[in-house]
Amino acid sequence: MDTVAHGPGPDGRSDAADRWRPIEPGVLSLRRLLLACWLGPLTVAAVLLPTLLGAPLWALLAVPPLAGTCWGWWALGRNWRSWRYLERDDDLLIDRGVLWRQLTVVPYGRMQLVEVTSGPLERKFGLARLQLHTAAAATDATIPGLAPAEAERLRDRLTELGEARSAGL
Amino acid sequence: MSDERERGGEPATEIPTEIPTGQGKRLHPLTPWRRAWAPVAGLCAVALQNASEVRDQAQGDGLGWLLLGVAVLVLGATAYGYLSWRVTRYLVTDTELRIRTGLLFRRTAHLRLDRIQAIDISRPLLARAFGVAKLKMDVVGSGSADELAFLDDGEAADLRAELLARAAGIAPEAAPGAGEAPAHQLHQVDARMLGWSLALLGSGWGALLAAAVITPLIWLATSSVFPALAVLVPLLAAIWRGSLGAFLTQYGWTVSESPDGLRLDHGLLQRDHATVPPGRVQAVRIVEPLLWRPRGWLRVELDVAGEGNERGLLLPVATRATAIELLGRILPDVRLDETLAQVTTAPRRARWAVPVWRVGYGHGVTDAVFVARAGRLRRVHTLVPHAKVQSVRLTQGPWEQRLGLASIHVDQGANGTATARLQDAAYAADEVAAQADRSRLSRRTATPDRWLTPHPNH
Repeated sequence: MDTVAHGPGPDGRSDAADRWRPIEPGVLSLRRLLLACWLGPLTVAAVLLPTLLGAPLWALLAVPPLAGTCWGWWALGRNWRSWRYLERDDDLLIDRGVLWRQLTVVPYGRMQLVEVTSGPLERKFGLARLQLHTAAAATDATIPGLAPAEAERLRDRLTELGEARSAGL
Repeated sequence: MSDERERGGEPATEIPTEIPTGQGKRLHPLTPWRRAWAPVAGLCAVALQNASEVRDQAQGDGLGWLLLGVAVLVLGATAYGYLSWRVTRYLVTDTELRIRTGLLFRRTAHLRLDRIQAIDISRPLLARAFGVAKLKMDVVGSGSADELAFLDDGEAADLRAELLARAAGIAPEAAPGAGEAPAHQLHQVDARMLGWSLALLGSGWGALLAAAVITPLIWLATSSVFPALAVLVPLLAAIWRGSLGAFLTQYGWTVSESPDGLRLDHGLLQRDHATVPPGRVQAVRIVEPLLWRPRGWLRVELDVAGEGNERGLLLPVATRATAIELLGRILPDVRLDETLAQVTTAPRRARWAVPVWRVGYGHGVTDAVFVARAGRLRRVHTLVPHAKVQSVRLTQGPWEQRLGLASIHVDQGANGTATARLQDAAYAADEVAAQADRSRLSRRTATPDRWLTPHPNH
């Protein structure tokens, strides 16, 4: 029936390592770009303003945003690597997070709605976001970075499986 | 739009009227007065707030104009109430209950009968005097509960029976005559026990104590009455809700069984009536406040998809034996004592994450349900049947990772989550996989969602 029924957790890598899929690297680029757009100008301003005003020591204020940028750059990479999803026969698994780890298991039969969205910036990077809704609002099943073709394939497959396995409330 | 399926079948001429003219029923003729009541009350409130201005006005320009203005407003409100009553109609078709309301902004609600979760009848004090009742329908997916207010008492009971019968698949011709399904009483909560249970509850006393201590302090500190009143009024509301108000609404709490589901009747002044179809129950909570435990009392709450009655209360207070018996009617596979015996406390090292309260966290699984326990003083067991699980999640924060702990969340369809906190990480990972499997298997064997099937014990 289901060969990877056991051990889907962070430790279940051995069984199903080949079937877990990562998300697109474009997500990382997008997020790093956003980070640079927010913190980069701040750092530059914190360096330039005191120097121009003749109080160069105050340029040390640029250290926190710079450190933030570096840390964010690294943390985003780590976070991106932690994202993965797995389609099993009856449910979809989404595993993510480094510090705050979260593994979500959503049975296909419980899906009320599958949503694929793609904002202007995401489209620039060739990304789409897939979101599953069940009757429980707490279900937090979103895969942020999929190639549009993959997102559509997944959506169609999930919808099809959802109909086949649908159950009442 | 969907008029083709209508029996009347004449093609709509201008706007597609969902309820063809001449069809559908009106509400009770008393209803306009209820509608007119709100504007008049609003007017009175405004007049009271600006009392001095009103008095000046009355002395200056004469009372006549003022009375005329009020009369015009009252007449206008009454006319509006009457007209909006005239356009409000409801119609039961084979698949839907349609309600049309609105004088200026017309609204037609189509409630799909097979999506109706529960139908509640409510009789406020004034309505009881006039022999009318309010019918409230809980439908999955519709934001607010749709209601028909007010209907004649007998009409409300008949309509409720008809809707439930149709929803359960009784032939449409037979449905109007199906009548109220017979019910037999299972349990009635004793008034003395209810009173004691409320007295033993901390909430009412806590609010009373806070009111007795904080209000004078604030009064002394600010030497002004208004801040003290601002604190006192919400506290008084809390005291009311925790004591006499709760007693009045929960008085005479009766649970009876009928083919439609469990019927709950309660209330001293305002009588409420709710029907809970057992198949729609998503989770059961067993609540044991600290002072109830020596007596073995507990409260049973239900999570039903859609808005529940009185916050999903099944029993405001009951002995263990009663709760076990009643729970057997809702979840036949659950033996309460065995289920609660399955619960094991979170591992000892969890005390580094949550020092004292760790003892409250627990988790257990039986063939039928997932159980999570929380709370040290007020102990809450949440039981989610495997077949009702919507999704399973495992979460682990940084500190939990250090300690090798993780939390299991089981989401159910009534927007609730049963959380087993601070379990061993490896165990939790296995448990999430196992829970996904259990839910899948029991979904396959679960009975379909028709609840009007005869109960085996009936």
